[in-house]
Amino acid sequence: MSSLSRDDVAKLAALARIEMSEEELVSLASQFGMILDAVARVQEVDLDGVAPTSHPQPIRNVFREDVVHPSLTPTQALSGAPAQEEQRFRVPQILGEAE
Amino acid sequence: MITQSAAAMSDALAKGEVTSTELTQAHLDRIGDVDSAVKAFLHVDAEGALAQAARVDADRSSGKKLHPLAGIPLALKDVLTQDGIPTTAGSKILQGWKPQYDSTVVSKIKDAGIVILGKTNMDEFAMGSSTENSAYGPTFNPWDLARTPGGSSGGSAAAVSAYEAPLAIGSDTGGSIRQPAALTGIVGVRPTYGAVSRYGLIAYSSSLDQAGPFGRTVLDTALLHDVMAGHDPKDATSINGTFPDVVAAARKCDVKGMKIGVIKQLQGEGYQSGVQARFDESLQVLASLGAQIVEVDCPSFEYALAAYYLIAPSECSSNLARFDAMRYGLRVGDSDGASAESVMNATRNAGFGHEVKRRIILGTYALSSGYYDAYYGSAQKIRTLIIQDYAKAFAQADVLVSPTAPTTAFKIGEKSDDPIAMYLGDVATIPVNLAGICGMSLPAGLADEDNLPVGFQIMAPAMEDARLYQVGSALEAALVSQWGGHLISKAPALGGSK
Repeated sequence: MSSLSRDDVAKLAALARIEMSEEELVSLASQFGMILDAVARVQEVDLDGVAPTSHPQPIRNVFREDVVHPSLTPTQALSGAPAQEEQRFRVPQILGEAE
Repeated sequence: MITQSAAAMSDALAKGEVTSTELTQAHLDRIGDVDSAVKAFLHVDAEGALAQAARVDADRSSGKKLHPLAGIPLALKDVLTQDGIPTTAGSKILQGWKPQYDSTVVSKIKDAGIVILGKTNMDEFAMGSSTENSAYGPTFNPWDLARTPGGSSGGSAAAVSAYEAPLAIGSDTGGSIRQPAALTGIVGVRPTYGAVSRYGLIAYSSSLDQAGPFGRTVLDTALLHDVMAGHDPKDATSINGTFPDVVAAARKCDVKGMKIGVIKQLQGEGYQSGVQARFDESLQVLASLGAQIVEVDCPSFEYALAAYYLIAPSECSSNLARFDAMRYGLRVGDSDGASAESVMNATRNAGFGHEVKRRIILGTYALSSGYYDAYYGSAQKIRTLIIQDYAKAFAQADVLVSPTAPTTAFKIGEKSDDPIAMYLGDVATIPVNLAGICGMSLPAGLADEDNLPVGFQIMAPAMEDARLYQVGSALEAALVSQWGGHLISKAPALGGSK
């Protein structure tokens, strides 16, 4: 029986950039063992010498001529922005410059 | 008028018996009558639909050559972008977002003159099998409003089943077109991976996602499939080749001499008795039409569900990283001095629903160092075995068949607290996605125990989508003549004017 503690889930949530409530962390941890047991069935099969498939069809690089095509105007590109300033996306501070 | 097939509507439009404006208005009226009960739509664009209908009517009266589906209304799953129309993917994190461009699928249906009525409800980011995971509330099954229509394309399936639209578009990552088609008594097709462009399809699991058509008949579904498929330079995984003529195949209605393989692993234990009974009867019908029925063995399918619930969450944990509160969508906690990281953390917590978080966390776990080989790596190898099983099976049969889903439509809330039970509903549809091949679900009758629709699934190799329509049209013709009409005509009336 697999299991994942509340702290394990909290660590994964931090990696995934989701600030979960205590209640959600506990509830997810309680379901996780069951889900991991279900998906761990992939380990029951002898997979020695089997090549992995990441994609159902062969993928090739796709090239095109380097020519300019019409694209979005700055107004269009910024139309969904949560905040903007001087024709740019305004984002919260990324480095600790306020400190 | 609204209960007819899209093909019949097309004839009526061509003969001048009805205009697209009248047809569109009739569907908008139907939506007004029944959608407060069905809740198939998240957004109805009456103005845009009537404007497109008027354009088609004007083109027709000026004698312009039109596509057969020009002027026919359609419901669009809210996972495809449409320029200027709210697109949410069923998530709060995209509430109010209006894309600045059309997905390739939308460009193609607009070019054909098809009228987009609005955007339909779905499980958030297409993660779910019941449409209960929508941030905007569930959709209800027109056959029994206490039940789910399946998912994740439940809104699109319910809209077609409730005569709110003759055609709809969904997307299918693990069965999200075929399973709701089965549960609402209509036809749904997941085309070959790469046949329909993913440009503008909001990504859940990029190596599995594929948009496809819904209709009430096999021919209607083929007509829409034909519009959607084709090479697109904007999608690096789009197939550049000759696409099969699915419309001609849907008019063939002939299975004489074809070999039909029944997959041993996708029937029997775990399948509701009424589902198994209708499936077995459909096989007899196909045999009586001259098809040869053989049994095929696909032992690795037993592990398909486990592999899927590692691969899809892994890809989603990466794909959904784009929802970072910076360029579009929701932003929470952007107060003075807040860091970008804290805003991201708070936004993703507020904007994502429970199932989406569960899959992101599972994917993050499966991809983390120390677990990668055991989980994601093993799942990718199972994927190879599934492709090999299909290759062997297709060497013995032209198409493969199974029930589409192990049960008929389940009650709202019945499985929402039990993720494993919910995931099991995808057991028969998932192998198609893992192998990148194509599949169809069409109505096989009603289960005796609950009088609810049962779906019959047909699978064909990549780029052999025409075989689905050839076999599907033959089975449909035989069953419809046996029933004295399409299965959907047996659905209870929803109130409002039919």
